[in-house]
Amino acid sequence: MSEVVVEARGVVKNFGDLNVLKGIDLTIRRGDVTCIIGPSGSGKSTFLRCINQLETLDGGYIIVEGQPVGVKIKKGRVEAQSNAEAARSRENIGMVFQSFNLFPHMTVLGNICEAPIRVKKESRAVVRKRAYDLLDRVGLAAKAEVYPAALSGGQQQRVAIARALAMEPRLMLFDEPTSALDPELVGEVLDVMRGLADAGMTMIVVTHEIGFAREVSDHLIFMDDGCVVEQGDPRSVLHSPQHDRTKQFLAKVL
Amino acid sequence: MSDTATDSSTEAVADDGIDRKLLLGRPHQHHGMLWLTASIVLFAIFLVSYSLVTNPRFEWGVVFGWFSSERLFTGLLRTLGLTAISMVVGIVVGVILALARLAPNFIIAGVAAFLVWIFRGVPVFVQLLFWGFIAAIYPRIAIGIPFGPEFFSVDANVLITPFLAAILGLGLNEGAYKSEIVRAGLLSVNRGQTEAAKALGMRRFTILWRIVLPQAMKIIIPPTGNQTISMLKTTSLVSVLAFPELLYSAQLVYSANFKTIPLLIAASLWYLLVTSILSLGQFYIERHYNRGSGKTDQLRNFPRFSKTLRSRPPKQEVQS
Repeated sequence: MSEVVVEARGVVKNFGDLNVLKGIDLTIRRGDVTCIIGPSGSGKSTFLRCINQLETLDGGYIIVEGQPVGVKIKKGRVEAQSNAEAARSRENIGMVFQSFNLFPHMTVLGNICEAPIRVKKESRAVVRKRAYDLLDRVGLAAKAEVYPAALSGGQQQRVAIARALAMEPRLMLFDEPTSALDPELVGEVLDVMRGLADAGMTMIVVTHEIGFAREVSDHLIFMDDGCVVEQGDPRSVLHSPQHDRTKQFLAKVL
Repeated sequence: MSDTATDSSTEAVADDGIDRKLLLGRPHQHHGMLWLTASIVLFAIFLVSYSLVTNPRFEWGVVFGWFSSERLFTGLLRTLGLTAISMVVGIVVGVILALARLAPNFIIAGVAAFLVWIFRGVPVFVQLLFWGFIAAIYPRIAIGIPFGPEFFSVDANVLITPFLAAILGLGLNEGAYKSEIVRAGLLSVNRGQTEAAKALGMRRFTILWRIVLPQAMKIIIPPTGNQTISMLKTTSLVSVLAFPELLYSAQLVYSANFKTIPLLIAASLWYLLVTSILSLGQFYIERHYNRGSGKTDQLRNFPRFSKTLRSRPPKQEVQS
């Protein structure tokens, strides 16, 4: 079995009185594509955001690439990470958002080059070359000098993927990457993600695209009400679900 | 049925006695009331102008003599300098206070809120007096270790000149207002922008400087023009500190020659001239930042109003 990239045990997250995650246990392995499906409000996006510290944990732990998330162990004690340490640990994790979140005041090229130049202090020329390669890969080489507002949703999301890849992450998180797209634009984004999966990227994808999950994922997780209800091989989870809640959900979406 | 939509003949579809041909013309406009009110206002303008020209106490010769004098011009330059420096101080203080108010440390946020409360709540005129009389509270200003030895000390009256007192009073007051504008600008930037930047591993300062502030500028810049115009006029309060800016320069002259009204008019003309130039700049800044939003159209409508006064819309001739 390949090396473990993410290990989550007993992850709890509360928003005030609302218990969003009720003890999530998950193991993600190198090169695997893991899709998380489940109804709205089941906590799947929140869990994803916990992995790169956009949310802080209220219980349990997550270890990414051998580093505990949000904390460090010092002289036998657990201490909170500083902001700078948190930022450093995010450098190796790429994230793609539902609403793209491209920087509107920068061109496509600017969006992609900003973090490698500012954060990794790489040279402009090297980063530019990589940015053009990535734009080529997502099929948008002609749009390098364009501002995000001039792009369709599908194009924006592909730029967002290129922007995340420019940091050369070892893990990619996708938070409902196609949910804000017009139906005819979903395919182009899923194609890019499929290419990424084929290239061996470790990916965690929160999605409503059951077809994509069935085709591309190595591991499928069904979450409901803050718990992992069922997980395993996508075909077996989708075709012969063991739990009633999984059956009910799949009956609605398939 | 389908050809009724494109049918341009004006044959009546129903027998209701309405002449369709008449409806094709634009309606007559009645301008009677417009002319009546306009002539009343024009008459009032005539009366005021008449008195401006015939009342000898305006002493227009004296007004224009001093308007172009070197003393008032020097005062004007000081006013412009004071405005510029106070605005720069205000922007720097405003950005710092805004960031402090949004800081996760609640002590820092609380202190910033308190300072905004003080500098915005006390009239700027009173604040200027306080800075002018600072030596009455702290006769000497020293640098050293609190409660310990002091390395260096200076007479407050020497350190806090009228100019510095003016900068402190105007700049800090401006900073308090500015901080609210900056804060609104920072809060207007979508949270997703910060999250995306964080996810890319950017540090807090980089996120602020490269991602959030540039986007907040859209909100921050247009009111800054307004504030500058306002500041230009507020600097006249500094005359109370005996700093010879435009108003105090005029006051110095009329306290010697007793031509009070002509000198106040000369100073006012300079204020009007500069604020007009600044307003023009403001107009273009706003148009730049409102591009694409509905407000631009409102601004464009403005010249149209004068057009209606100049020429009545031509009457539509209706053939029967």
